[in-house]
Amino acid sequence: MANKSIRIRAKLKGGETEVKSLMSHVMETGLRKDKKTGKKIPAHFIKEVVCEHNGKQVLLAQWGVAISKNPYLSFKFKGGKKGDTIKISWQDNKGESASAEAKVS
Amino acid sequence: MKRRTFLKGTVASGMVGMAVSAGLLTPRAVLAAWPESSFAAKSVDAAMKALLGSTSAAPSSAIKIKAPDIAENGAVVPITVSTSMPHVESISILVAKNPSPLACSYNLASNTEGFISTRVKMGKTSDLIAVIKAGGKLHSAKKTVKVTIGGCGG
Repeated sequence: MANKSIRIRAKLKGGETEVKSLMSHVMETGLRKDKKTGKKIPAHFIKEVVCEHNGKQVLLAQWGVAISKNPYLSFKFKGGKKGDTIKISWQDNKGESASAEAKVS
Repeated sequence: MKRRTFLKGTVASGMVGMAVSAGLLTPRAVLAAWPESSFAAKSVDAAMKALLGSTSAAPSSAIKIKAPDIAENGAVVPITVSTSMPHVESISILVAKNPSPLACSYNLASNTEGFISTRVKMGKTSDLIAVIKAGGKLHSAKKTVKVTIGGCGG
């Protein structure tokens, strides 16, 4: 069931849940040139990331091409209990998407 | 146990696929909110105006920007923006000297902490600017990061 393209770690620390995630994505800016053809490699990047805790959105991230390749994202929210579900979903400029879930530990 | 979990996963993803094609989970509705003109803006002021409606943000010492003083690789510059301010609605990060300064923006739920950590690309030595909307007002902080090898490509 694990979706390898998004890794999530969610830990409860003193009344707040800290979520760390790593997503696999090329995050191409559209400014780079193909060394062989000299043509610009088209932009291909995650535009939006939705982070949910037990089905409720806690974070909406809007990204541009300046987010690094294989994006890392960490955030925290008050509350959360062990076993709660954290879900992270992204959608990119080509309409591709992915999502994964993890339990708070 | 593994087989059951695997089958559950397949059924679940199958259902989502069906729901998407049935138009129930229209991704378009979600993407419609992506601030195109803000990300296309070529200056910090233009980006702020487009995204937040204003170019004036009060400098605040309650916003901490953690980022390296010198970034060896401009393609991967870790940045953590944190604040003790209450009622944070959004956090936006701009790289002043990038071709398009707005790097990212985050909308927070009421119980989400004013804390974001990510990695950005920097084309050259530049200020990293964090603009936080809290209690309906804009606050900002910045930090200069020296870049030895630019990370925007080209």
